[in-house]
Amino acid sequence: MTQPILSVQSLTKSFVMHLQNGLQLPVMDGAGFEVFAGECVVLGGPSGAGKSTLLKMIYGNYAADAGEIIIAHGDQHTDLVQASPREILRLRQSTIGYVSQFLSAIPRVSALDLVAQVARQWGHSEEVAQEKAAKMLGQLNIPEHLWGLPPATFSGGEQQRVNIARGFMGEHKLLLLDEPTASLDAANRQVVLSLIEERNANGTAMLGIFHDADTRDKVADRVIDVTKFAVQQAA
Amino acid sequence: MSLDQDLPLLSVKNLSHFYGQQLGCKNVNFDLYPGEVLAIVGESGSGKTTLLNCLSTQIIPTDGAVYYRNRKGQSDNLYEMNEAQQRILLRTDWGFVRQHPRDGLRMNVSAGANVGERLMALGDRHYGKIRDTALDWLEKVEIQADRIDDAPRTFSGGMQQRLQIARNLVTNPRLVFMDEPTGGLDVSVQARLLDLIRRLVSELGLSIIIVTHDLAVARLLSDRIMVMKDGEVIEQGLTDQVLDDPHQAYTQLLVSSILHVGS
Repeated sequence: MTQPILSVQSLTKSFVMHLQNGLQLPVMDGAGFEVFAGECVVLGGPSGAGKSTLLKMIYGNYAADAGEIIIAHGDQHTDLVQASPREILRLRQSTIGYVSQFLSAIPRVSALDLVAQVARQWGHSEEVAQEKAAKMLGQLNIPEHLWGLPPATFSGGEQQRVNIARGFMGEHKLLLLDEPTASLDAANRQVVLSLIEERNANGTAMLGIFHDADTRDKVADRVIDVTKFAVQQAA
Repeated sequence: MSLDQDLPLLSVKNLSHFYGQQLGCKNVNFDLYPGEVLAIVGESGSGKTTLLNCLSTQIIPTDGAVYYRNRKGQSDNLYEMNEAQQRILLRTDWGFVRQHPRDGLRMNVSAGANVGERLMALGDRHYGKIRDTALDWLEKVEIQADRIDDAPRTFSGGMQQRLQIARNLVTNPRLVFMDEPTGGLDVSVQARLLDLIRRLVSELGLSIIIVTHDLAVARLLSDRIMVMKDGEVIEQGLTDQVLDDPHQAYTQLLVSSILHVGS
């Protein structure tokens, strides 16, 4: 196989809770795995095993204590654990996308513009960006009369789907999927599944968390059991 | 990414300031790059305003250097410039948005004159052109054109802050300092102002150093954050990382206090 897009090695993470007398919470020790282009890898393990922590470290949202998170971009490799804030922000623009339902919406920008913005960042003309955004919102069943309104006024479910639309509008080589299907109805879940399949076919590397076993089975090329990286807590 | 973008606009080296025996800020080091928004957070008395005043040459610090790269690509220590050179920077290359509009605006001259003043300081003398530019900027900050001849003392707090922003941005500055720009405004007025600042920052590619005690403001506007306590920078990094995975006891306390308010 070719080089991995993402290579995690000896990753260690603990939290120190200073407000609870410096309580140490080691959560991960020696996490290591790779994700290649065109694969969808799912993080498995029970709640609290550290799936979400791992995904957040790979996005640079949590800081690792030690180890490496090597991201391949162009013909370069960057270790996210050592990267400066600017490098992390650039990687988020160029390479690492995060699909979640829980990104905060920007006030006073219409749903269509919010989604089109992402397409523009990827170099599409205004016209193409608007078209792509409209198609994506349509696919995710956001009623057309809402497209011109800021999502702050939408229902919870509609806001979530706008965030999903934004996440999939980018053309990142590595997509982190943070329960993108949770709390969606069956029809919308199916839409997200087909978006994932589409990206898979385009060679995007994907790493995700899916609580619903049925969805997980459908999208996963491989499952990585996170419990083997988890630090065993003394009872 | 051009080479120019890869060089810091501002480079702060071992900056310390004491008011007599009293510590203002100590050993501050950081680089600010073009287009970057840096938030300085901390409680009252943590040294963040002292730092901002040092960076903008309103205070000459006790120790340390700040290198500013000018439009010609030359980096000079701000504190080795003469006062006239510093003043030129403040009037042209820089902006300073203050917490209280009365400190950043002239309350008794018209909105148009408030915006036009900085252009005139740059040598612009064509009245019609200045008025057109002022109108253009009032529109950008969502102030109705028919208010151009009104004095800012007749404006609401939110409008005054938007006018202050127009006054500062009219000269196309590269770096804008902001000191609690949303402080004292109602939440809904704040949201509109933040939204406006965010849009202008991304359209104009401004570099901003914003002092705020409001972590939500920092999260919304900044790429990077510096947490100050007792005059020193105790934690810094990517904004979402520092706020979502704070390492220092004090930062954890700040973040958790916010959560309690929200929940």
